[in-house]
Amino acid sequence: MTELTELGVAAIRDGVAKGDFTAVEVAEAFNANVAAAQDALNAFIVATPDAAIDAAKAVDVKRAKGEALGKMGGVPIGMKDLFATKGVQTTAASHILEGFKPEYESTVSQKLWDAGAGMLGKLNLDQFAMGSSNETSYFGNVISPWKRNDGGNAPLAPGGSSGGSSAAVSARLCPAATGTDTGGSIRQPAAFTGISGIKPTYGRCSRWGIVAFASSLDQAGPMARDVRDCAVMLEAMAGFDPKDATSLNLPVPEWEANLSGDLKGRRVGIPREYRMDGTDADVLASWDRGIEWLKDAGAEVVDVSLPHTKYALPAYYIIAPAEASSNLARYDGVRYGLRDLPDGANLQDMYAATRAAGFGAEVKRRIMIGTYVLSAGFYDAYYTQAQKVRTLISQDFRNAFTQVDVILAPTTPTAAFGLGDMVSDPLAMYLNDVFAVPASLAGLPAMSVPAGLNREGLPLGLQIVGKPFDEQGVLNAGLAIEARAQFTAKPEKWW
Amino acid sequence: MSNYRIQGATGEWEVVIGLEVHAQVTSNSKLFSGAATAFGAEPNSQVSLVDAAMPGMLPVPNRECIRQAVRTGMAVGAKINKWSRFDRKNYFYADLPQGYQISQLYHPLVGEGSLEVILDEKDPEGSTKTIGIERIHVEQDAGKLMHDQHPTMSYVDLNRSGVALMEIVSRPDMRSPAEAGAYLAKLRQIVRYVGSCDGNMDQGSMRADVNVSVRRPGEPFGTRTETKNVNSVRFVMAVVESEARRQVDLIEDGGTVVQETRLYDPDKNVTRSMRSKEDAHDYRYFPDPDLLPLELDDAFLDECRASLPELPDAKRHRYETALGLSAYNANALTADVEVARQFEALLGSVAKASGKSEADASKRVANWLLSEAPGVLNAAGVGADHAKNTVEANTAIIVATESGLISGSKAKEIFAEYLTGDIDLAAAIEANKQTSDTGAIEAAVDGVLAANADKVAEYKGGKEALFGFFVGQTMKAMQGKGNPQLVNQVLKEKLG
Amino acid sequence: MSVDTATVARIASLARIKVSQAEIDAMVPELNGILAWVEQLGEVDVSGVEPMTAVIENHLRLRDDVIDADPLTAGGVRDKVLANAPAAEHGFFGVPKVIE
Ligand SMILES: [Mg+2]
Ligand SMILES: [Zn+2]
Repeated sequence: MTELTELGVAAIRDGVAKGDFTAVEVAEAFNANVAAAQDALNAFIVATPDAAIDAAKAVDVKRAKGEALGKMGGVPIGMKDLFATKGVQTTAASHILEGFKPEYESTVSQKLWDAGAGMLGKLNLDQFAMGSSNETSYFGNVISPWKRNDGGNAPLAPGGSSGGSSAAVSARLCPAATGTDTGGSIRQPAAFTGISGIKPTYGRCSRWGIVAFASSLDQAGPMARDVRDCAVMLEAMAGFDPKDATSLNLPVPEWEANLSGDLKGRRVGIPREYRMDGTDADVLASWDRGIEWLKDAGAEVVDVSLPHTKYALPAYYIIAPAEASSNLARYDGVRYGLRDLPDGANLQDMYAATRAAGFGAEVKRRIMIGTYVLSAGFYDAYYTQAQKVRTLISQDFRNAFTQVDVILAPTTPTAAFGLGDMVSDPLAMYLNDVFAVPASLAGLPAMSVPAGLNREGLPLGLQIVGKPFDEQGVLNAGLAIEARAQFTAKPEKWW
Repeated sequence: MSNYRIQGATGEWEVVIGLEVHAQVTSNSKLFSGAATAFGAEPNSQVSLVDAAMPGMLPVPNRECIRQAVRTGMAVGAKINKWSRFDRKNYFYADLPQGYQISQLYHPLVGEGSLEVILDEKDPEGSTKTIGIERIHVEQDAGKLMHDQHPTMSYVDLNRSGVALMEIVSRPDMRSPAEAGAYLAKLRQIVRYVGSCDGNMDQGSMRADVNVSVRRPGEPFGTRTETKNVNSVRFVMAVVESEARRQVDLIEDGGTVVQETRLYDPDKNVTRSMRSKEDAHDYRYFPDPDLLPLELDDAFLDECRASLPELPDAKRHRYETALGLSAYNANALTADVEVARQFEALLGSVAKASGKSEADASKRVANWLLSEAPGVLNAAGVGADHAKNTVEANTAIIVATESGLISGSKAKEIFAEYLTGDIDLAAAIEANKQTSDTGAIEAAVDGVLAANADKVAEYKGGKEALFGFFVGQTMKAMQGKGNPQLVNQVLKEKLG
Repeated sequence: MSVDTATVARIASLARIKVSQAEIDAMVPELNGILAWVEQLGEVDVSGVEPMTAVIENHLRLRDDVIDADPLTAGGVRDKVLANAPAAEHGFFGVPKVIE
């Protein structure tokens, strides 16, 4: 029998249901992997082995009684530490929320528990989901389980902000994990670590109980080893929530049941503006291979134009910090979290001291940018202009989608970089999300699937962007690529 | 046109006033959460995770709050914007858990409207003035800080945090304290009619930010100050007066008015600068990304319009024309929605019980409510909301007097006894029924005249003022039950 | 547009983040780099373009006016609300004394 930790979501669910193994056996196996990797990878901020076992026991009891086990029955997962989990520390990887134990459970995590999943722990991330390398966490960097094949031993970035999630899934610490994607935070880390991840249409997953970064962009989604597992988990996570005014009031489609890699009659757009300077040759080559794979799957490939692509990233770096500067105002040392009250400090001094001590450098940088672009006299030049550009970017996609069903592009301009390589240059770091951000600004479903390894032996991802609500089209194109990429590489265990 | 002028050392000044009135919307739950809004609850007992701005909490708007603001807008003839948006107003304060207030700056729910005020309450037919309303928007209230419980700490109670407010912004159309007072009173009257705010100013349900500036008549507007949270009509008038005076004195002394936020001290009747709010505010308004644009459809607006009650001006007009009441009485009866409601209930009941039309019964009911009943209640030491002060009781009293069953003075006596004592109203009326039996009246009159032969002689000798004495004596002899008209008639006959 | 040390200090104060002079000095070029880069948006012709409001076709839902309809957004949970407070006293949140 294969090692249990080599199994994905669907295989575990089906195996538990059939009685091939118990949910508790699965939870124990993953708990052991989590514990063994913690010192080396730092993927978790808090491990919750007991929660995983308790959930597994409940599933095993249900099975013994012959009851239905749920879409995720017996599957232990990692929970990005941006989701509020009742009674379990929730920090957004920040000092300011260190020790915060919510009295509530986020809608998405609750749905997962209701579907029979169990929690292995709270996954590390970039602080307040701001970053692309998981180097901004107050609780230390996450180390990618991957190594370059040059024999060097440089620790690599697992991507971000869902870097704990990507590292944990690719290192077999969990079969799947939740992620959130504001400007690529599911897709970019998935690409960096050779796993799959989908950001659904904005509004598919409730934002209730997820620590907010940029409200008009934040979307939760699954990160897992393959497309099917993403489909299964997304079904469990998605759904209308009356507590979120931006939640889509639509039924959750049966994405797993409708998976099909046959793309006959489908049209795939190749956006010419994504052939940018600075894109790695291996990335471009993998994109070309992806095009051939989709043709092989029966799709017609069409050249499309998304003329405002180059403005997506600068627009994003106005809109997201603006929203963040306001969303993070609540961290003030009054109702929860850190309070820094210097001697003789008044209320406003306390705010300033608390926030100075509680936020990391990147968070402060974005709050400063956001505060500036919203301030008197600058609002129209920056914020309104950016929201108008956002409208144009959205229209670009709408126009393209009159000709094609999905769009294929690389997920990132390069493979994973070394930890520390980019920290001194925020702009270079931001550019990592250049291919991911446009779909975020337009609220579109988009996923990354592993497409192969570069010359250094590091994974590369291909991104599929779909029409609003068409996660199925995205998943199916992903499945077609997955079937042809035959990506079986995994990081060699060194931890 | 107001002729209100401030006499300065260098000549006359005109005052320019605009009001921003915050009115708490009547709703069961808060604007964006399910927590209750009731006044006076235990600290932090009506606070949800949303109101406390826990991480990941999101606002979902309350339909009723939107509906009430729309109805209010309709009541002041305002343009209702079918497309509006919520914006965030960002600032840090301990009573503001989110670090921003969800409000509406760029696209308010309600646009321009106006209302008409009567400048002299005692002269409802006198001159009126139309005051422009610039906008009405919906926003969250803040929590409350308490400073006296602890030597080094302030305490935060978030019960009010997130309660819905309407901010009703006037044009700078008022030119005197009286106009400002009349405007606020009129606004209060309207929201109470509409039912969108209870108007309880002492509980903070309505409070005004008073914008005041002064200028030479006919010149451009001067620099204004904003005096925050003034919570009565009287105080609004006092603020205008004292702040205008202060500005005039300041300018005439060579100073300049600075645009600032001020606070009113009712004990000293002065305004003072609010230093704590001085640090240059930059609210960084932007559309709340947690909320989509608010789009209202015709069905919603139709329901809002259809559910509007008869408004005070229309009601006052109807009382004058259809019910034939005096302008003064019509104004008095419509000044407050509760009084109008009482009047109409009683009028309907009296008309029905007496078989008269409402127009025929209206004057009697109006007089009873406005002058007679208050006297009785007052003397009995009970409020109008007394449990026994029912429509039925009032109807019985009025009908019994109208039909001549009991006398007016007996009626008041019985009513007072009924309110404070333990008597059966119908039985008391029955027991005190006045008699119209001419035989009994004649017998009583004869007795009185016989016993007072000297006075009869004086009367006949020309001292006609004694007639009242004979009436009184006869009524007394009949224990107040003689029909006064018949008593008069019989006396006149017998005294010849 | 570019920021100087005074502007950075003012922005930090607006954002209630205490910064040292050294931090301000370090932030100035960093923020200017980012601002110069985002200002390329000025090139885009946006005449007649509305700013984005709802990224996905959706309408704002209004909820019914019912007290405590959903326990997760209901009042009456004082203990939960105060559970993580750094200074909760007598049912209140405590803050340094405010002089108004
Ligand atoms: Mg104001
Ligand atoms: Zn206001």
